[in-house]
Amino acid sequence: MPAFPFELVAPEKLVYSGEVESVIVPGTEGEFAVLKDHAPVISSLKPGIMVIEESSQAKLRLYVRGGFAEAAPSGLTILADQVLPLDEVDAAKLGAEIEIFEEELERAGTDEARRIATEKRDQLLELKAALKM
Amino acid sequence: MPSLKDLRNRIGSVKATQKITKAMQMVAAAKLRRAQMAAEQARPYAERMERVLANLAASAATTGHLPALLDGGGRDAIHLLVVCTGERGLCGAFNASIARLARDSAFSLQAEGKTVKLLCVGKKGYDILRRQFGRQIIEAIELRSVRSIGFPEADAIGRKIVALHAAMEFDVCTVFYAQFKSVIAQIPTAQQIIPLALPEQGGEGTLKPAYEYERDEEEILSALLPRNISIQIMRALLENAASEQGARMSAMDNASRNAGEMIRKQTLQYNRSRQAMITKELIEIISGAEAL
Repeated sequence: MPAFPFELVAPEKLVYSGEVESVIVPGTEGEFAVLKDHAPVISSLKPGIMVIEESSQAKLRLYVRGGFAEAAPSGLTILADQVLPLDEVDAAKLGAEIEIFEEELERAGTDEARRIATEKRDQLLELKAALKM
Repeated sequence: MPSLKDLRNRIGSVKATQKITKAMQMVAAAKLRRAQMAAEQARPYAERMERVLANLAASAATTGHLPALLDGGGRDAIHLLVVCTGERGLCGAFNASIARLARDSAFSLQAEGKTVKLLCVGKKGYDILRRQFGRQIIEAIELRSVRSIGFPEADAIGRKIVALHAAMEFDVCTVFYAQFKSVIAQIPTAQQIIPLALPEQGGEGTLKPAYEYERDEEEILSALLPRNISIQIMRALLENAASEQGARMSAMDNASRNAGEMIRKQTLQYNRSRQAMITKELIEIISGAEAL
């Protein structure tokens, strides 16, 4: 498969930058895979698993806690809130992530904020179930 | 004329001070390397964020409706100055120069008839500005207990600013911090974050890709804008951290050098008066012997 430039940045640093064949992005409206020459799209991310395929052999699986993805003709850029390699994620870490959104839910002043926090928490619970932890 | 013992004591104390300033310089140098790296690593995110925002804002502008964080709602009567300074002194003019820039712009805004409110991040800036702007300071945030500044701290401040803006407490928000150029140059900078000043897009000839939005445009924009503010705050704090260490390093270098100079002068004086005393005693003995 043809490769395209991909960049993954977290607030603290540039996590990944290089040519990849495909990236599976956990979009808010559903997961989608980005290949070379993807139509320009800007999507928000849900907490979930991102799969970076450098080649058919080398795959990188990362946990992201939401953020934004921008697919442009020049390549794919992901602005993630938090990135962790998947093998570092365990039940306890996931539990802590869920707690973050539960706290946010308590703090939320508006219906809108409450809806977003609930949605994110549910997505994480789903993820937890999917990973069987 | 100080006695020999006084001189000896004074030389001793200057030497002790020099040891302290030298140690502080070395600590600052070690911290600077880390702070500088953190500041540089945070740059890509801020840059990409700016690019995505610029793309979004350009296409949102065509549809007409812009969120208040982006265009400020058209008002500019109340200004909020977020002054980021260090938590500690002994770093040359670092804190004072940021505070001076903030004070100057506060005065010029007041002269234009605007209302000015301040939010101080860092204890030193608060100490300096408290005297003149006592009641205009709406909050002073201390980061003393924070070991290394990361996104969570910046996000907390960012959220506070967004909440204040939503409550119509201010219209325009500017952040003051020192941009890290090099160890000897830190530039006090004022950066406006609300309403957002986006870089001009290239000429009209450039073709903009028509983006599709997952979740509509407005929702993404309204999530991205508060985030951008937190990111800008973080960038300011990280730049500040690097600048502070740089400023401390050169200040302590100067202090050590001055102490060295002082030791040299006082040692000279000490030796002179010691020799003068010996000569005086010799003269006394010789003239005493001659008198016999």
